[in-house]
Amino acid sequence: MVTDYVIAKQVSKHFGHQQVLNQIDLTLPAGMIYGLIGPSGAGKTTLIKSILGMEAVDSGTVKVMDTVMPNRAVMAQVGYMAQSDALYETLTARENLTFFGQLMSVPKIKLAQMIDYAAGLVDLTTQLDKRVSGYSGGMKRRLSLAIALIQDPQLLILDEPTVGIDPELRQQIWTELNKLKDIGKSMIVTTHVMDEAERCDYLMLIRHGIALAEGTPAALKQQYAVDTIEQVFLKAGRMQDANDGNR
Amino acid sequence: MRTMAIVRRVFKQMLRDKRTLALMLLAPLLIMTLMYFLFQNNTTQVASLGVHHVDQSVVNVIDTKNVTIHHYDSSQARKMIKQHDLDGYLTQKNGQLTITYSNSNPTNTSLIKASLQSGLVKLKMKTLVTVTKKQRAALESQQAALKKLTAAQTQATVTKLKTAIAQAQARGDQATAEKLQKQLKQATATTSSSTQSAKATSYTTKSHYIYGSSDSTFFESFLAAFLGFFIFFFVFLISGVSLLNERTTGTLSRLLATPIRRSEIIMGYLIGYGGFAIIQTVLTVVFTITVFKIHLVGSIWLVFLTNLLLALVALTLGIFISTFTNSEFQMMQFIPLIVVPQIFFAGLVPVDGMASWLQAIAHIMPLYYGANAMTDVVTKGAGLGDIGVNLLILVGFMVVLTMLNIVGMKRYRKV
Ligand SMILES: Nc1ncnc2c1ncn2[C@@H]1O[C@H](COP(=O)(O)OP(=O)(O)O)[C@@H](O)[C@H]1O
Ligand SMILES: [Mg+2]
Repeated sequence: MVTDYVIAKQVSKHFGHQQVLNQIDLTLPAGMIYGLIGPSGAGKTTLIKSILGMEAVDSGTVKVMDTVMPNRAVMAQVGYMAQSDALYETLTARENLTFFGQLMSVPKIKLAQMIDYAAGLVDLTTQLDKRVSGYSGGMKRRLSLAIALIQDPQLLILDEPTVGIDPELRQQIWTELNKLKDIGKSMIVTTHVMDEAERCDYLMLIRHGIALAEGTPAALKQQYAVDTIEQVFLKAGRMQDANDGNR
Repeated sequence: MRTMAIVRRVFKQMLRDKRTLALMLLAPLLIMTLMYFLFQNNTTQVASLGVHHVDQSVVNVIDTKNVTIHHYDSSQARKMIKQHDLDGYLTQKNGQLTITYSNSNPTNTSLIKASLQSGLVKLKMKTLVTVTKKQRAALESQQAALKKLTAAQTQATVTKLKTAIAQAQARGDQATAEKLQKQLKQATATTSSSTQSAKATSYTTKSHYIYGSSDSTFFESFLAAFLGFFIFFFVFLISGVSLLNERTTGTLSRLLATPIRRSEIIMGYLIGYGGFAIIQTVLTVVFTITVFKIHLVGSIWLVFLTNLLLALVALTLGIFISTFTNSEFQMMQFIPLIVVPQIFFAGLVPVDGMASWLQAIAHIMPLYYGANAMTDVVTKGAGLGDIGVNLLILVGFMVVLTMLNIVGMKRYRKV
């Protein structure tokens, strides 16, 4: 039995002269929604890709499901939703789901059932046989999420899953994510929308590639003596800038 | 199987994209048709030739559908050409023919030149044939005489033997009678076999006309080069752009977030687009050969095979080149650099006559091997053994490029 789905230790990464990740530690136990919060350009996507082994890190180690990354086989146990929708526009939603299901080794007899399940979760059941080129931005986002769920993975890594989705559906998706958590799945969710942070079980605030603070939302608010996560972020950010200025 | 998932997806995408499909399947047909008529055009052009005092037998052979003959009463070629706007003027003094070309239109000049040349050769052949015919007639009468002679001789032998047998039998000498009987059999047998062989040899004389088949055109001799080139071109473009799209839309990196192997992606592409390349090849080859009635000396399967290998090289090359580009426009930039030069080494210009450094370049061009092999099959009836080396080199290109592609994908995922 795996207890910690993801263990990242001292992960550092740079692009050119820019330090994008600076000695990040991250541990994701089972049954938790882990929020990765930070402004755009903070390094969230890079961290996620490093965890998945899609980006080579300069130093540090990542283990997913007790396996040192990068590892191809482990990918089958991770549901990944990329920040930008990577869909085949000339195919229908069903064909996209089928294709990724096949790549994820979903058994043939289970595939139709899984497509219905995943499409139902993101409310696309009636639109399944429409070509993706005719989809709105929000529908594409939902389809990407459905693809991440196609093999019913224990671990979900979702890069800005709710961008471009209307509030009502966003509410619905969070409800679903919580349901998934309740049946023992874990997920890392990145967002730059602060009010979504409150819905996570655990948060890491990341800025300029540095983990500013982490803890449960309540603990963070208490620690910084403020009422919202947004204020935590602003305060932590100011402290970081002050530190940089001192140097 | 993940490779098959990619293959199925490639097929679906291709069938949805009607324009690309049409480009891949119909564009080569369109271009081949266009070229066919372009190169056939030569034969519909007509040159006008003035003649003065030329033997009728010569005029008859020159008078083809490409040359119209006008008879004039003057030996002043220059003047007559100018006056009557002729392309050429032919005069004769005894056995000496003198031709004057206007040469204002080089095509017409060469039409007359060709007509005159082939006409004279035809004339020579004709004389040769009449001579042969006469000789044959003489030979036949000789043979007939010979046959009569042998028949008479055999007849004499047979009667002689027969009387001897009768005498021997009368004498009661059975042994001698049997011996003579055998000799008799032999004598009759040799006559029948000798008549047979005489019959067989008398049919072998046959005339061949060198210029008899006027169907062989420019189009036919360079068919292989162009066929190979266009298949190469379209497969290169479409596979390169497809993989490029896959990269720029992020689906490639999304693919690599699944357990798929890099080699499975490349193989999927190879089989998927290779399938379309097969359809394209078969369609183009069959269309060209049947519609334009190309006389194929060698096996059509070898033409398919060679084209298919060329297409696979183009496919892997397209994928390889696409990794160095970031847009479709950049992909286009590689066409004059990598694809177009290949046509120069496909046999339009004989490679043997090139400067040695150009020959060296020819030997790194896939089309050089493909088109040469195909030309040999189409025009000389080369077999698998003859073009085997060329085909193996194409396979080599494909294998090396495939390996490079698989390694090149490490850029997106390390495992
Ligand atoms: N492939 C890359 N090459 C160079 N710089 C990159 C690359 N990917 C990301 N970056 C840079 O790294 C930083 C972090 O990017 P990213 O992880 O995408 O941020 P976030 O997901 O938090 O918005 C940004 O400044 C971005 O410009
Ligand atoms: Mg991002």
